[in-house]
Amino acid sequence: MATVDVATGIRSRIEVRDLDMMYGDRVIQRDLNFAVEPEDIFVIMGPSGSGKSTLLRHMIGLVPPARGDVYYDHTSFWTADAQGRQRILRRVGVLYQEGALWSSMTLAENIGLVVEEFTDLPPATIREVASLKLALVGLAGFEDFYPSEISGGMRKRAGLARAMALDPDILFFDEPSSGLDPITSRRLDDLILELRDSLGATVVLVTHELASIFAIGTNSIFLDDETKTIIAAGNPTKLLHECRDPKVRRFLTRGGKDGS
Amino acid sequence: MDDEVNVSWGAVDDATAGVRHVTIDHTDDGVLRLRLSGRWTLGVPAPAAAELFEHARASDTRVVVDGGRHLQWDSGLLIFLRDVLGEAERRQMPVDFVGLPEGARRLLALASATPEHKEGLGGDRPSMLGRVGSSAIAAARSAVEVLAFIGEACVGVLRLLTGQARFQRSELLLVVQEAGAQALPIVSLITFLVGVILAYVGAVQLRAFGAQAYVADLVSVAMTREMGAMMTAVVMAGRTGAAFAAQLGTMRVNEEIDALTTFGIPPMEFLVLPRMIALAVMMPLLCLYADLLGMLGGAAVGVGLLHLGGLEYYQRSLGAITLDDFAAGLIKASVFGVLVAIAGCLRGMQSGRTSAAVGAAATSAVVTGIVLIIVSDAVMTVLFDLLHL
Repeated sequence: MATVDVATGIRSRIEVRDLDMMYGDRVIQRDLNFAVEPEDIFVIMGPSGSGKSTLLRHMIGLVPPARGDVYYDHTSFWTADAQGRQRILRRVGVLYQEGALWSSMTLAENIGLVVEEFTDLPPATIREVASLKLALVGLAGFEDFYPSEISGGMRKRAGLARAMALDPDILFFDEPSSGLDPITSRRLDDLILELRDSLGATVVLVTHELASIFAIGTNSIFLDDETKTIIAAGNPTKLLHECRDPKVRRFLTRGGKDGS
Repeated sequence: MDDEVNVSWGAVDDATAGVRHVTIDHTDDGVLRLRLSGRWTLGVPAPAAAELFEHARASDTRVVVDGGRHLQWDSGLLIFLRDVLGEAERRQMPVDFVGLPEGARRLLALASATPEHKEGLGGDRPSMLGRVGSSAIAAARSAVEVLAFIGEACVGVLRLLTGQARFQRSELLLVVQEAGAQALPIVSLITFLVGVILAYVGAVQLRAFGAQAYVADLVSVAMTREMGAMMTAVVMAGRTGAAFAAQLGTMRVNEEIDALTTFGIPPMEFLVLPRMIALAVMMPLLCLYADLLGMLGGAAVGVGLLHLGGLEYYQRSLGAITLDDFAAGLIKASVFGVLVAIAGCLRGMQSGRTSAAVGAAATSAVVTGIVLIIVSDAVMTVLFDLLHL
């Protein structure tokens, strides 16, 4: 599971350096610099359209950034060759916004496909891994259900089970609470926290759900859509009390004046 | 503490591959103790709990799993522990965990937490008889839906004729371009080659009677009455019918069709009518073009390979066909156009809300379209014969 290499003194698990994001000629964000520590639950927040999800896509290797690089344990991702990238991505699990389960496969097959792709375990063991991961997210007994047969909240948890299929060190979440009721969303937060603690995985979270941000976030950055860069960084609860930037304060207090 | 059993799994002589190791012993107060050591990760062969429990004595009432804090572990350990829990439950022996790594203990607790209840969710697969029954009911329901759809389409056309329909001209022009001009290359290729094939097959048979010159008659009559319309329709079913189903199906997935309905815009008039009209108008035009291309294909064989004179071939072709032949072909083409559009739009509007359902809708649109084309062609051929058309 997750270890910190004491010998080399490596601390930050992910580091984003001098990253620019563009859509064609339009700059979305520029000069992004931040580091995610191994035990962090790191929140990427900001108004809609500030490029949060795009930043996530740069970090998980879906789209190359216009400039800059992402480092995993001080290994560059975007200058690595295909094999090197695959090695890094093997350690990463991603929960997409709508779960992104493959609809033609059962939940067990969804997880099994990933395990089968990266290991050479026998089919019986793969099935057991799938059962275990589903049990971890409270979906024991749902192995043979298709994604269309379960509710949205369950789909999201099944997506989380698939993200954890390979025992990743790093888990990325894209808007985990979107489309969930407050109680389900709260339970997902608890699950994320519990999994972080027991798996020892680093968590990176894109969200603008304030309840989640304060409940589980240990560190954060705030992307601004006007100045097009990070205008605040740090523990979200601390930011609420200490940050002087009016924009960040408005965001964290839902437009109110006071962060009580 | 007496008779200790040591068991190992994995490549015992290969230190790098790793070994799972269990020491089994018993304490006096009826405890079966399993002490784990080594590497408990996926890929290292694992013992089955049932195998380990065979070492249990009749006097054993409880199980203790001793982890040893320095265990190397991942999901492989958790799978084994769940196996032990299941086996112990079968034997009604309570299990205690001692000295497991903290993370493993918590994950195990999480995995054993009460699962979601399944009531009201799909899942239990119905029996064979049940499946036959539900598909029969579904077929009956779908027949009603088809009728309702055709009825709604007719009402839509009426409303359009009386100028009441919510109709978008730009959408119509877009579909006209897509189903008309953009289909020309594929229609050219297919019908030219059909003409070539007809001429070839005909020439082989006619040669026996020394009547090769009649190849021109054969090709021109077959193309104008039958093959031009049919081949164009089949191409359009595969090309445009499938596209309609996929477009409308995707709009259903994105809830775009629901949005139209809530704003009081009937999807039938807004989406289906333009497609039906576009195909009904473009199909006869494409069919005319196809007739010409097919005759060109026949001429290529006749002049190039059978050494008939170009002028002779031209005159024989013209002499063989009448306006009635063209009319028969064009009427068929219009009917096929409407049928292909109905099949595509119907399947698209009926599509489920997943990516797989959109694929199924597109497939079904093509199959339905081609079946409708062939069936209606047979009916019309008989009808035209009765009417001496």
